[in-house]
Amino acid sequence: MEALTALIVGLLVAGSVYLMLARSFMRFLFGLILLSNAANLVIFASGRMTPGAPALVPYGADAPAGVVGNALPQALVLTAIVIGFGLLAFTLALAFEAYRRLRTMDTDKMRLAEPKEDGK
Amino acid sequence: MNSIIFTAGARILVALLFVFSLFMLLRGHHLPGGGFIGGLLGAVAFIVYSLACGPAEAKAALRASPEGIAMVGLGIALLAGLVSFVFGDPLFTGQWYWVGGDSYETSIFSINSVLVFDIGVYLVVLGGILSLAFAFEEET
Amino acid sequence: MAEPSDPNAPWVNPAGMITVAITAALFIFFARYLPVVPVEGAVPFVWDWIPSLDIRMSFWLDGLSLMFALLITGIGALVMLYAARYLAGHPQYNRFALYLFSFMLSMLGLVLADNLITLFVFWELTTFTSYLLIGFSHTDPKSRRNALQALLLTAAGGLALLAGFILIGITQGTFELSQLNAAGTMAEHPAYLGILILVLIGAFTKSAQVPLHFWLPNAMAAPTPVSAYLHSATMVKAGVYLLARMHPSLSGSDVWVWVLTLFGATTAVFASFMAVRQTDLKQTLAYTTLMALGTLVLFLAGSTGYAITAAMTFLLVHSLYKAGLFLVIGIVDHETGTRDANVLGGLARAMPITAAAAALSGLAMAGIPPFLGFIAKEVAYAGALEMALTVFVVVMAFAAFALMFAVALIVAWKPFFGPQGDLPRTPHEGPWAMVLGPATLAVLGLLFGLMPGVAAYYLIEPAVAAVMGAPDTGGRLKLWAGFNLPLLLSLLTFAAGYLLYRFHLDLRERLARIEARAPDLDAGWDRLLDAFVAFAKGQTRVIQTGVLRHYMFATFAVLAVAMLATMLLRPVGGVSLAFDGIGFMEWGIAALIAAGTVLVILTSSRIAALVGLGVVGIGVALIFIVYSAPDVAITQLLVELLVVVLLAVALLKMPYLDAGNRQTHRPFDAALAVLVGGLTAWVLLRVTDAPFDRRLTDFFEGASWTEAFGRNIVNVILVDFRTLDTFGEIAVVIVAALGAFALLKGGLKRGPEGETAPHAEKERKE
Repeated sequence: MEALTALIVGLLVAGSVYLMLARSFMRFLFGLILLSNAANLVIFASGRMTPGAPALVPYGADAPAGVVGNALPQALVLTAIVIGFGLLAFTLALAFEAYRRLRTMDTDKMRLAEPKEDGK
Repeated sequence: MNSIIFTAGARILVALLFVFSLFMLLRGHHLPGGGFIGGLLGAVAFIVYSLACGPAEAKAALRASPEGIAMVGLGIALLAGLVSFVFGDPLFTGQWYWVGGDSYETSIFSINSVLVFDIGVYLVVLGGILSLAFAFEEET
Repeated sequence: MAEPSDPNAPWVNPAGMITVAITAALFIFFARYLPVVPVEGAVPFVWDWIPSLDIRMSFWLDGLSLMFALLITGIGALVMLYAARYLAGHPQYNRFALYLFSFMLSMLGLVLADNLITLFVFWELTTFTSYLLIGFSHTDPKSRRNALQALLLTAAGGLALLAGFILIGITQGTFELSQLNAAGTMAEHPAYLGILILVLIGAFTKSAQVPLHFWLPNAMAAPTPVSAYLHSATMVKAGVYLLARMHPSLSGSDVWVWVLTLFGATTAVFASFMAVRQTDLKQTLAYTTLMALGTLVLFLAGSTGYAITAAMTFLLVHSLYKAGLFLVIGIVDHETGTRDANVLGGLARAMPITAAAAALSGLAMAGIPPFLGFIAKEVAYAGALEMALTVFVVVMAFAAFALMFAVALIVAWKPFFGPQGDLPRTPHEGPWAMVLGPATLAVLGLLFGLMPGVAAYYLIEPAVAAVMGAPDTGGRLKLWAGFNLPLLLSLLTFAAGYLLYRFHLDLRERLARIEARAPDLDAGWDRLLDAFVAFAKGQTRVIQTGVLRHYMFATFAVLAVAMLATMLLRPVGGVSLAFDGIGFMEWGIAALIAAGTVLVILTSSRIAALVGLGVVGIGVALIFIVYSAPDVAITQLLVELLVVVLLAVALLKMPYLDAGNRQTHRPFDAALAVLVGGLTAWVLLRVTDAPFDRRLTDFFEGASWTEAFGRNIVNVILVDFRTLDTFGEIAVVIVAALGAFALLKGGLKRGPEGETAPHAEKERKE
């Protein structure tokens, strides 16, 4: 399954790069969401994928019996998802506030911090 | 959303979801669940409520400001980590106290800093996400 | 000229008194080591900081450090007391006290550090704090400019120093000074020359050697107590301290001798002439500081006992009299309102104690017996006669000392005992808090001279031993060493110095004429800075287009190149695309995610994009479910739900995706996207093809129940094994949430339609 996941990740990354290069800030945001999904999958797949065996220690045993899903990348991905959501929410708030002030979602026209030089 | 069915159903749904979120939090150490999942579930409960009845009423039902909850949660998590200093362990070492015994098997239940930390995580996630969601609903 | 100060304002305030008290306590703390260090050699202070990473806070108190520590805290306490009175009623006095105190602490750390990296950190801290001090009168553009000049020059030197230190660490295998010095000279090492040059650049900029000297006189823009502190015992001596500290490991080569001799001598003589040239007494003193630094560097070139003893003795003498004289000038300025050498005179009657302190300090500076200054000069001549390039050193030292004699008369004699000029204010004796400092320092200079054995045993000989890296034989400091060549030279110095003083007005005119024709390094500095700014502007215009797409394109392009280069340069071989064991369900999930992604890319409807994102998220969650990650899957589903809710709430209030002009066709972007995506997939395939290291996994699986009493390993990792990480992560969640909250709630209320940004910005400020 790792090979197939790699292909999925490739597609997600390609899509997100394409979206993040767009002029519309909202497309950029979509790209960000796809990218964070892709990143989570990369971490998950790097720890190898085991079907149907959650990382639980059965009652009465000291360690899981047999091969179970790798818990470490799961823990990392779990927090990454929550933080990714925080980042997304912040970016969304940023986008919203920017739109309120600048009345545009075209990043080419958002030039408050780096205004065009007055034809020197 | 002015659907009477949704509004009425939401109240029951919220209560169920919220209790379920606490359940997920507490069982997290042994089965899938934990502070992150519980917190997210709790947040979803109140967001459903706010979608049904408006953010003002959802806030009233919460009885405390979400930012405050998040901050309190961070404080609880920090305290849970600092407790280990008292016992001479490095920061954030889990501390266990067995009630009625001296190990997991013999004791009736345990008091431990790990669960306290998870409760902190729960409150942070709940409060953080709700403060976001309410801000979005009110301001946009 | 004097800084604002209200004579009637209360000057005893907490900020000032606490800093004075702490500094004085530190002085007493270090003074308790006076009997210890001569006997035991060095006292290490080591605190384990991060034991698991083998990082220690290591400090080292030997003779050299002790002498500096005492000067820093002793003069520091006196200067802080003085400053409290001098700046009484100044609205920003508390800030000043904080700056001065921080500077004192950084300087103390610098001279006590045993680790080169620690030393460097403190070195830079002194740079920053001195910047704040020099630019204290921040409303004055000249003051700001001079502070910036000092900052840039010394920080640039500091970077060279860091490079040198790193080279030392790499080639010698240690950053601990005590080990480096114990290992002896590194002159044989091939990297020695590079190390030496880098370290010398750092030391010379800090200690203002010609031609990097011009920042020091400019730094006089600071309030007088700051000048007294920075330019007597501390800031500028840091470079000298470094040279002395690293003397055992860096000296021992011809390069060391030549470079230090030439730079030191040139600086000393040049600065002496410049000192005579000045009419502002503070500037005169600034140049004599430069002269002293030159002299110290000159004698550190030598390696004989007399040369080093000369350097250490002169260092002590100079710190005492220079701080004293600066403080005296401050009092004079404070009480008369001027520092002009041509105007001041006859103040002895109005301010007898100040005059006495000035006279004592002046006599020490001139090197008259029985002051320690005299002994320092004797030893200096004795050292000079032993050094390489003997004739040159002796002549240069003679010239510098003679000029210094003349300057001492100009600074310490003429304003008090010379003919009275036309003063802006009627002079009075200064308040006790201000007189105490110079008086104490002046008396110390005399006492040390009368009892040279005491000074030698407790301060100078341990310091010499530290610099030489070997126990000192001692016995060089004598008030009367018999009729010998140094004594003769001393007498000649007095004669020459007096002549120079008699004719110093003529000399000053001539020097002014020469100066007018010489190249002005200070103006050159300004031009250099302007050119630098112009260059920065030019390259910014080229690189920073201000368009987000261009930045993103550059970022991804660099990412692609980095990945491609890594994959091509490392012999990784091919990858196997093994799809065995992948059933219908897995292909279905992949197709779901692919469909969602394509939908998001192609659609121009907000709702459709939202649906696409949701599909992708659920697809990813399905992967987590199938591949035994229930916790992650639940989290992913819940977050996906929240994302859709938030987007739905916010997105629909925003314009259509392609309001205005739609970019339909972006071939370059598409090519880059395919490249980055393909490379990512390739890297991941390689990673998963490599053998898997199960050590961490095995640990967590084995310890989860037995050590942490939890059966859900993922949760145990989150809340027990990696708690600190989780704590950091929930802190990030809070920061993100509060950030978004503040953006949405605290931002400006919606303006009228079509309002432009600059207006909105202005409105917010109002």
